[in-house]
Amino acid sequence: MPDDLIHSPNVKVEPLVSSQLAGDATHEDVESIRLRTSVFVYEWPVRLWHWLNAALILVLIGSGWLIASPLPSMEFAEATFQFVMGYTRFAHFAAGQLLTVAFAARIYWAIVGNHHSRQLFYVPVWKKRWWQEVWFELKWYAFLEREPKKYVGHNPLAQIAMFFFMTIGISFMILTGWALYAEGAGQGSWPDMAMGWLIGLVGNTQVLHSVHHLGMWFIVIFMMIHIYAAIREDIMSRQSMVSTMISGTRTFKDDRPD
Amino acid sequence: MSRIETFYEVMRSQGITRRSFMKYCSLTAAALGLGPAFVPKIAQAMETKPRTPVIWVHGLECTCCSESFIRSAHPLAKDVVLSMISLDYDDTLMAAAGHQAEAALEDTIEKYRGNYILAVEGNPPLNEDGMFCIVGGKPFVEQLRHAAKDAKAIISWGACASYGCVQAAKPNPTRATPVHKVITDKPIIKVPGCPPIAEVMTGVITYMLTFDRLPELDRQGRPKMFYSQRIHDKCYRRPHFDAGQFVEAWDDENAKKGYCLYKMGCKGPTTYNACSTVRWNEGVSFPIQSGHGCIGCSEDGFWDQGSFYDRVTDLTQFGVEANADQVGMAAAGVVGGGIALHAAVSALKSAQKKTQDKPASEEV
Repeated sequence: MPDDLIHSPNVKVEPLVSSQLAGDATHEDVESIRLRTSVFVYEWPVRLWHWLNAALILVLIGSGWLIASPLPSMEFAEATFQFVMGYTRFAHFAAGQLLTVAFAARIYWAIVGNHHSRQLFYVPVWKKRWWQEVWFELKWYAFLEREPKKYVGHNPLAQIAMFFFMTIGISFMILTGWALYAEGAGQGSWPDMAMGWLIGLVGNTQVLHSVHHLGMWFIVIFMMIHIYAAIREDIMSRQSMVSTMISGTRTFKDDRPD
Repeated sequence: MSRIETFYEVMRSQGITRRSFMKYCSLTAAALGLGPAFVPKIAQAMETKPRTPVIWVHGLECTCCSESFIRSAHPLAKDVVLSMISLDYDDTLMAAAGHQAEAALEDTIEKYRGNYILAVEGNPPLNEDGMFCIVGGKPFVEQLRHAAKDAKAIISWGACASYGCVQAAKPNPTRATPVHKVITDKPIIKVPGCPPIAEVMTGVITYMLTFDRLPELDRQGRPKMFYSQRIHDKCYRRPHFDAGQFVEAWDDENAKKGYCLYKMGCKGPTTYNACSTVRWNEGVSFPIQSGHGCIGCSEDGFWDQGSFYDRVTDLTQFGVEANADQVGMAAAGVVGGGIALHAAVSALKSAQKKTQDKPASEEV
């Protein structure tokens, strides 16, 4: 047995006795428990934001798609009593406004929360060691490393993805979204006072519609990569992934140091 | 002419009755979004203040602005403007031609130095030293600079003067340039549209005469009273949009019923103008009422926004002949394929690792 382990099992203690006697835990299970460690990473506001954000993005993609390419025309009532497009747009606007508030709250939590709550908002490009870890992680994804390293928060590559796709991407969608909303809200309204300058800057708002639409695809591509990477890492890495975003606790599958 | 006559005097001399004159004042007040209390104010200004002289110059354009103008909704609007400009300088509408016309321009600039309004229809091309548009033997850009020097304010009349319009569409071979990018030291009121609505012109001039100031402009320099809302916001077909009732194909049943033209590429949701309220040809109709979507002619670079008949338009800005969905789906397809491949290799690799690890772990 190598000496450089995070912790050594206390062999005198026999854990999970009742579970073993009941036939639930095997001998291998018990030995596995002796090796595992865990750390609390994501506080509840971070986790709540993650899932709320995910749900809102789904609503926004669905309703946004239907705004650009509406459902086939329907005629189940007089136009006065039928509000199909109206409800679609309401869903989009309401979800967008909630997303904005949630993102603002998330920024607040980055200030008052723990160290890991800030990881989303910066990329430590000034750290040489961080770049080395990015390189290592790239090699792991290119199948050039046998084994990944352990990380408490995001791995460096994930941090880059989070920063560009989420922090920058969501900010872009919030800003362009509010500028488009200002069009309907009208000149002099507070969405217009906040974001109308973007309309002035772009000139023709058809351009704004197009880039907002492209932004949706940017987020869709992020979702694909994010979900794939989370599940893959959950299976193949040496630590928990999916459950960490539910419980906040990162568990490690072995007790080797790095 | 020792004294500059008033608008009222000009109108009366053209055979317009006082009753019609008052009608013009109230219509203009309504168009400007002013209450009835402002009608006498406008009337008084038009009766007492010296007429605003207008010099109207033409650059690269098609004269559709002038054509729109002389067919304005209220006949009086036309009379007012024709009275304003025929007395001064407009090389299309004035009687004089050639050297006489050029002399009239110089006379007007001299006489009303610092007081006249310069209306610019069309824009100057800047490539080849402006040789693509010659007026009176000189590049138009020189006439524009010359006339602008002593103007009180400039009205960029139409999409050409405001944004460049078709001659400035990509690749813009003559480098047609909107007025505000050539003249930077004068207040400029943009009245975009291809053509713009005539009432906007008379409204702006009447406003300036009555209140001695420029009308309130939006971020892009357009009068707020005419350009603060989208066609979509005041469209009479809007209830069908909200209900989700669209024209699905030209001449289908929904088109006959007058449903929303959104799916046919109507640019009403991105176009700021007063067409859906003021309308055209004596208030008879406007494009959407005639069954065709808005093409967004009063918007910056509307020729370069892909098809008039697509809702999700091609991204010509990026030099790609594809719309956001095609670009996005292609990118998502590539990423999806990459993920599938990566997942397959990952599975193989971990299977390989398991078999390699087995004898090693048995040794320990």
